[in-house]
Amino acid sequence: MLDKNGIAKRIAQEVEDGYYVNLGIGIPTLVANYVRDDISVEFQSENGILGMGPFPIDGEEDADLINAGKQTITALPGASYFDSATSFAMIRGKHVDLTILGAMEVAENGDIANWKIPGKMVKGMGGAMDLVASAENIIVAMMHTNREGESKLLKKCSLPLTGVGCVKKIVTNLAVLEVTKDGFLLLERAPGVSVEEIKAATEGNLIVKGEVLEMSI
Amino acid sequence: MIRKTVANVTDALAGVKDGMTFMLGGFGLCGIPENAISELVRLGVNDITCISNNAGVDDFGLGLLLQQHQIKKMISSYVGENDEFERQMLSGELEVELTPQGTLAEKCRAAQGGFPAFFTPAGYGTEVAEGKEVREFNGKMYILEEAFKADFAFVKAWKGDAAGNLIFKGTARNFNPCMCGAATITVAEVEELVPEGELDPNQIHIPGIFVQRIFQGKDYEKRIEQRTVRQK
Repeated sequence: MLDKNGIAKRIAQEVEDGYYVNLGIGIPTLVANYVRDDISVEFQSENGILGMGPFPIDGEEDADLINAGKQTITALPGASYFDSATSFAMIRGKHVDLTILGAMEVAENGDIANWKIPGKMVKGMGGAMDLVASAENIIVAMMHTNREGESKLLKKCSLPLTGVGCVKKIVTNLAVLEVTKDGFLLLERAPGVSVEEIKAATEGNLIVKGEVLEMSI
Repeated sequence: MIRKTVANVTDALAGVKDGMTFMLGGFGLCGIPENAISELVRLGVNDITCISNNAGVDDFGLGLLLQQHQIKKMISSYVGENDEFERQMLSGELEVELTPQGTLAEKCRAAQGGFPAFFTPAGYGTEVAEGKEVREFNGKMYILEEAFKADFAFVKAWKGDAAGNLIFKGTARNFNPCMCGAATITVAEVEELVPEGELDPNQIHIPGIFVQRIFQGKDYEKRIEQRTVRQK
């Protein structure tokens, strides 16, 4: 089974040379730590920077330089700043190659829910609805089950949707799955996790074809 | 040259009244019009609608207006980090309209550019789409979103000149340029108001035509919401 860093490490393998990547808050943010250093990648933060770098050295933080999580950051050589409409033009116009975000639920048809729990304080969708509606290459990073042990990979989302039919790939603590027209196709198992365990933790239709290899991370 | 300079924040906000709709730039606490917000608190205008990506924190940014119960309605994409906001929203005192962030930016830009509405895929199939026109283009579904209408836009820039030309800094740019010229009157406050001719026309982000009033801001706190650092 993978921990959060393990999930991030596996997703980092999906990042290719020349990609512009938008990372969501939480596990997706960790992906930046594991991208191969022999490829060129630029991270976009939707509040208005391309070429986002690591956190600043203590004492060098700048109130005018933050990421979408409102954390102080740095800008790498080649970085650029832009306004919010331009930022979402990059996203809506499919100029960003890969979007990695978290989710509360994903359905077997690719629907995603990650912004609202009825009865709880609603904080808002931020940029999530724009991202999922526009990106062609969306990877969801999440735990396979919630705190109550219930599956987060469902036949149908129970929570209010963020977007419909948009998720292509999911990396969880148990597996790598692809969303197909017939359901969740199991691509890889996490180290030490059996197909049966993944089946038991997946409420939506799980497709197992032939031998499913353990992921290498 | 057409001069846009006003003496101070009080002159800049002349004409602000109860019940108006305001656009306020900023993302989190980054790039917010601190002087305009303080003046709105001092003026005590009530029943206002605020279009702003976020709602500040309890004791800073738009949180200051919430404390005085001056805001009737917020139009935002994300409103966490504010307990007073949550209390007023749950008690029904405060109306909240949540809008996807890119849609929020584009509703400003549409108003700036004279478009009454636009189609976006964001929110299709979700509760955001309820009651909105849906149309298919090239096999993909889109919803119709209308441009904002606002009485004042309050923006914050790094540098500006008497002609109202603006230059922003870092990610403090965010929604500020999109809101310029998107309301009846745009008020720009700047950290540094420079003499005319000093800004290189090649470097200007927002031409002065989109700005009606500009003033030298003061006492900027520029509070950091999440101070994250690494060690050397």
